Amino acid sequence: MAENVTTDKPRLTREQIAQRAAQELTDGAYVNLGWGIPNLIADYLPEGLTVYFHSENGILGMGRRARAGEEDFDLVDAMKVPVTLIPGASFFHQADAHLMTRGGHLDVAVLGGFQVSEKGDLANWKIPGAKGIGGIGGAMDIAAGAKKLIVCMEHNAKDGAPKVVSRCSYPLTGIECTNTIVTDLAVIDVTPEGLVLREVAPGWTAEEVQARTEAKLLVKGKVAEMSLGS
Amino acid sequence: MKSKIVDSLDAAVAGIPDGARIMFGGFGGAGFPNNLIQALARTGVKNVTAISNNCGTREGELGVMFKHGQVRHVIASFPGPHANYFQEQFAKGEVTCELVPQGILCERMRAAAAGLLGFYTTVGVGTEVAKGKEERVIDGKRCLLEAPIHADVALIKAEKADELGNLTYRLAARNFNPIMAMAAKMTIVEVDEIVPVGTIQPENVITPAIFVHRIVQAKAIRFQG
Repeated sequence: MAENVTTDKPRLTREQIAQRAAQELTDGAYVNLGWGIPNLIADYLPEGLTVYFHSENGILGMGRRARAGEEDFDLVDAMKVPVTLIPGASFFHQADAHLMTRGGHLDVAVLGGFQVSEKGDLANWKIPGAKGIGGIGGAMDIAAGAKKLIVCMEHNAKDGAPKVVSRCSYPLTGIECTNTIVTDLAVIDVTPEGLVLREVAPGWTAEEVQARTEAKLLVKGKVAEMSLGS
Repeated sequence: MKSKIVDSLDAAVAGIPDGARIMFGGFGGAGFPNNLIQALARTGVKNVTAISNNCGTREGELGVMFKHGQVRHVIASFPGPHANYFQEQFAKGEVTCELVPQGILCERMRAAAAGLLGFYTTVGVGTEVAKGKEERVIDGKRCLLEAPIHADVALIKAEKADELGNLTYRLAARNFNPIMAMAAKMTIVEVDEIVPVGTIQPENVITPAIFVHRIVQAKAIRFQG
């Protein structure tokens, strides 16, 4: 079980998780960003990198959010937020937008998560016992089809419960779909051998991160400290 | 040749029977046929099966149909936290709902449009949406059989129609509209502007006129938030 987290050292902020995840993107990549922390990533792209952001309502090449006064409400992202375009952008209908997510055409997708299992199963659409029917949106298509799926989330829930788990207890979004997990404590790769701890947050040790993780983390050599770049 | 252009919103939605299966275009506040939805609500039609990404924003968009208790069943991907009329009726069991992953919702409609009787997908394997669906392994991958989604009527929004019903869309207001236009037996489109045939260059047509049955011009309504 997780230790009492109230005495923890500082963890990364949500913005810093986004900043670290942004370093996983490569120049020219086609990328979909999900709700929550992933949506912050566009603000932290490394200098000189051009990324073509995809939106499931039919946009490739989304730019920054629209400023007050320049909003066009026919040009919104999947969260209804007015956005801008970058040169080379295109529009298409929703079926083709998801043909891109499902068909392996996007280089990277980044989703938020409630739980990720040691096999890379992702739960991110419904909290058990929550009121209402919930909503799937595009998450299942994206999880099933992304060439590389990164999940960004806090390492532990508010009550301290680990979110990197042996088996997901929340309703699943997809099975064996996650490649990399970026949290406020660690960068973890999902491999055929199991979860490999690649990096830990500044000031944390591998043992301390393991103590806050339900799933077993494999350590190969020295675990690097997360660098947040410039 | 009979004109597809009708001169009022009420005429555009006339004759849609109780129990109809109706597709509603729109996503994220953009591309909703809000004038047609309000006209449909005014007809008093009941027991509708609504096929839509979401279930409205309070009274806006599809919300008005729930407010007046006109929907019995929903096929949607993200009913939405602001769809309060739907959420209340779902909680009471007055409305039933099938949740479908968004891209699979699109593809099931496209299958209906294309005369396909189903397809296999890895989306949803091992999740709640797999319940009751045939599962098999193809190329070593677990996958589910998905059935087409047909509709009697699609209500859609486009920017321009020519007098034949060739359509163009504005920016990301395209979303579900072209797919629904192809999947329903009768497609009714609300547009900002109707232009003479030949005005839209053939290579710029997004929805060909073959899919469009009634056209009405109306000043667009948009619901925020």
